[in-house]
Amino acid sequence: MNAVTDPSGDAGPPGERLIAAEGLEVAFGGRRVLEHVDITVSAGEIVTVIGPNGSGKSTLVRTLLGLQPLSAGHVWRKPGLTIGYVPQKLQVDAIMPLTVTRFLTLTGRHDRATVERALAETGVGHLADAQFHVLSGGEHQRVLLARALLRSPDLLVLDEPVQGVDFTGEAALYELIGVIARRHRCGILMVSHDLHVVMAATDRVVCLNHHICCAGTPEAVTHHPEYRRLFGARAAGALALYSHHHDHHHHTVSGAVVTPETNRPEPPHA
Amino acid sequence: MPEDFLVRAALAGIGVALAAAPLGCFIVWRRMAYFGDTMAHSALLGVALGFLLGLAPTVGVILVTTGIAILLILLQQQRRLATDTLLGILSHSALSTGLVALSLMAWLRIDLMGYLFGDILAVTALDLYLVYGGGALVLATMAAIWRPLLAATVHEDLARAEGVPTLIVRLVFMLLVALVIAIAMKIVGILLITALLIIPAAAARRFARTPEQMAVMAALIGAVAVLLGLGGSFGFDTPSGPSVVVAAMLLFVLSLVPIGRRIDG
Repeated sequence: MNAVTDPSGDAGPPGERLIAAEGLEVAFGGRRVLEHVDITVSAGEIVTVIGPNGSGKSTLVRTLLGLQPLSAGHVWRKPGLTIGYVPQKLQVDAIMPLTVTRFLTLTGRHDRATVERALAETGVGHLADAQFHVLSGGEHQRVLLARALLRSPDLLVLDEPVQGVDFTGEAALYELIGVIARRHRCGILMVSHDLHVVMAATDRVVCLNHHICCAGTPEAVTHHPEYRRLFGARAAGALALYSHHHDHHHHTVSGAVVTPETNRPEPPHA
Repeated sequence: MPEDFLVRAALAGIGVALAAAPLGCFIVWRRMAYFGDTMAHSALLGVALGFLLGLAPTVGVILVTTGIAILLILLQQQRRLATDTLLGILSHSALSTGLVALSLMAWLRIDLMGYLFGDILAVTALDLYLVYGGGALVLATMAAIWRPLLAATVHEDLARAEGVPTLIVRLVFMLLVALVIAIAMKIVGILLITALLIIPAAAARRFARTPEQMAVMAALIGAVAVLLGLGGSFGFDTPSGPSVVVAAMLLFVLSLVPIGRRIDG
């Protein structure tokens, strides 16, 4: 159960450390949104932050990205770290004419072939000339993912990457995220308020409610009393779903997934 | 041969329409219509300040409108009042303070209606230099900040995370809006400047598939509105500023009529 109480996880990280935060504290107008938060993400691993709405998940992400000043603690980034970011709410009004290709090249200049390759990788190669504001929920998220990939990131930061996507689409998206992590050998930090699918697609789960309640492998976290207290009845469902798949990979005694590069848990095909 | 004052009016109006178009697009994209309106309404206070300090009215207008914009951004940090309430308070307070200040300065004899609704037919050669000099500065600066401003408009956090200096870009944009208000004041009047910013942009949306196309179309539509409005003003003896805005409105309504294949987007 060490895996559960040690917020940074117990086993050695699968790869080089990409980003590490220690003792993070963020306050808005005297109200503490985050306190004593430690978190690390290493190359090749998928870390998911789960927590109820308003638990500080997006604030944590924005702090790690350097968008939110912190009141205590510090964030270390690997020198020269490139981050691909998929923000939580990105809506383009119909009043702005913007093609998908143009959206992908807003801050970086990439040639047409590179853009099309990135879109093809996330399964939306046919949308290069579509107007951004008419995309469906799933297409929208895949375009955002392609945009993040264009930067050749060492670390992908995905804030609610399956929002607006139906349940079957969710599973496919998490599968795609797993494929991307393996192919690009990048670390992934994901934020989610849903439990079921995301936990099965994850190496390490951090359960956040202003502070870190528990952290570790998905299986270890689902057994943790703090987690069950936080999510109540929904937690049981996640456990069932996770258990259904936990045969697909093996753990060390301490709970770390063995060789995550080759033996990542499959997303459920529920 | 049209008369000199009409040629000057047309040239000045077209110059303002060209400079206002790209800014108008961003004002529409960033949902800043009331923000722009508030800045414009404070221009009269700038005129009063200019007279009081012995500055050119243009300088006073740029100072006060920029000041109001910064004040608004600071006030938005508090959470008690919603932005539209703040805008309503600032907009009307600034306009009224300007009116009161000008009427207290009893020694001044100014054409208040001209400031409020524009006096395009009284454009001087000096005004033309101001419009084209200021307009060129606005367009050149817009071209320089176009890409980062567009990125910041689509998503501020994403742009910042990717290294765009969004705060600076936003401040520069606000200064440009102040400058356009200063040069457009004489042409359409401070009460109608927002119309010249947003109506051509809104009318251009349908004909554009990229942000740049929309800016160019807005410039064309704005210029046509100026010519139509001036023609109408001369022909029917109507006030010039409102006539230009009515022409822009008619073009906007025309842009809504489905004709043939719609360029969708």
